[in-house]
Amino acid sequence: MWLLPSTLAAQGSSGILNALPASRLTIKAGESAASKISFRLTPGYHTNSNTPSEEYLIPLRLTWDATPLRVEGVDYPKGHMEKYDFSEKPLSVLTGNFDISTRFQAPADTPKGPHTIKGKLRFQACSNTTCYPPKTISVDLAVQVH
Amino acid sequence: MNSVSTHQTRMALAAALAFVGIACSTSSPVRAAVKAEKDRKNAPGFALKDSMGRTVNLSDYKGKVVLLNFWATWCGPCKLEIPWFMEFEQKYKDNGLAVLGVSLDEEGWDVVKPYLERTKINYRILLGDDAVAQMYGGVDALPSSFIIDREGRIAAVHIGLVSKSEYQKDLDALLGLNGKKSAAGFPMPAVVAPALHLGGAR
Repeated sequence: MWLLPSTLAAQGSSGILNALPASRLTIKAGESAASKISFRLTPGYHTNSNTPSEEYLIPLRLTWDATPLRVEGVDYPKGHMEKYDFSEKPLSVLTGNFDISTRFQAPADTPKGPHTIKGKLRFQACSNTTCYPPKTISVDLAVQVH
Repeated sequence: MNSVSTHQTRMALAAALAFVGIACSTSSPVRAAVKAEKDRKNAPGFALKDSMGRTVNLSDYKGKVVLLNFWATWCGPCKLEIPWFMEFEQKYKDNGLAVLGVSLDEEGWDVVKPYLERTKINYRILLGDDAVAQMYGGVDALPSSFIIDREGRIAAVHIGLVSKSEYQKDLDALLGLNGKKSAAGFPMPAVVAPALHLGGAR
């Protein structure tokens, strides 16, 4: 069994896509800060990027229940174009390891101290021959507000 | 065994089967994946709605060969197969083939009906649910196709994208069309080249 440092939170896994432990976000009340979450896709699989090249494909999406913080924006990695046997045109996909950054804002009246906020990553993965139903994995982010 | 490791085990098995499929395809012609009659198990019965709201029972198709295909609108490999299945439906309908597509789209008819209107699929599409998927082994990967013989038994299973010629061989065997013309008058191909052979059959 792996033991995580206290600043790292356990993360979700689908078997194909795993969220890696994220470093604790330190933020001052009344200011903004960014947090990066890293994900690892099993070799041989891809997931659609946040901006799929075909209308029918389900985009990668990270959402947060960020209370007491606010989400200012989510920055997704740019997909790379890759051709698969089942597609006539290359598709905008992510493979291997990738990061998603989120910019948070702590309102001035945010209670100081530790918090944990929860995110959900929805994705849809395929191999060259097989696709898997859309799945959602949980992401926990430890936050320290000063 | 937890769900993650179960899933990983399934993926490893699927990868191994796919590898065997690829290895076989490089040295031998495409062979039908049809099981011997003694090894076939009864296809689980179901009652699902079609796009017109009619209830369709699998038992309605007893006496026919059924190509039961689980698919979804977000599944690229599924979309590659659909024109093949439309062709099979047209060519072999009079020989006793019925293609049934079972959509596993979570959003249901809201996304499936517009797709049907665009693609003019000529075979029956049903809306699946978890219960039916579970009866057919979970259907965790798409496309998944089950070819059911005239006695209602599962004769062949294809998980993931396989070549059109594999389906052709299976249907030839189950419809008794080897070396014959289809009832619709289409000549049967003497040799079917494997255009694609990447997925695993189980």
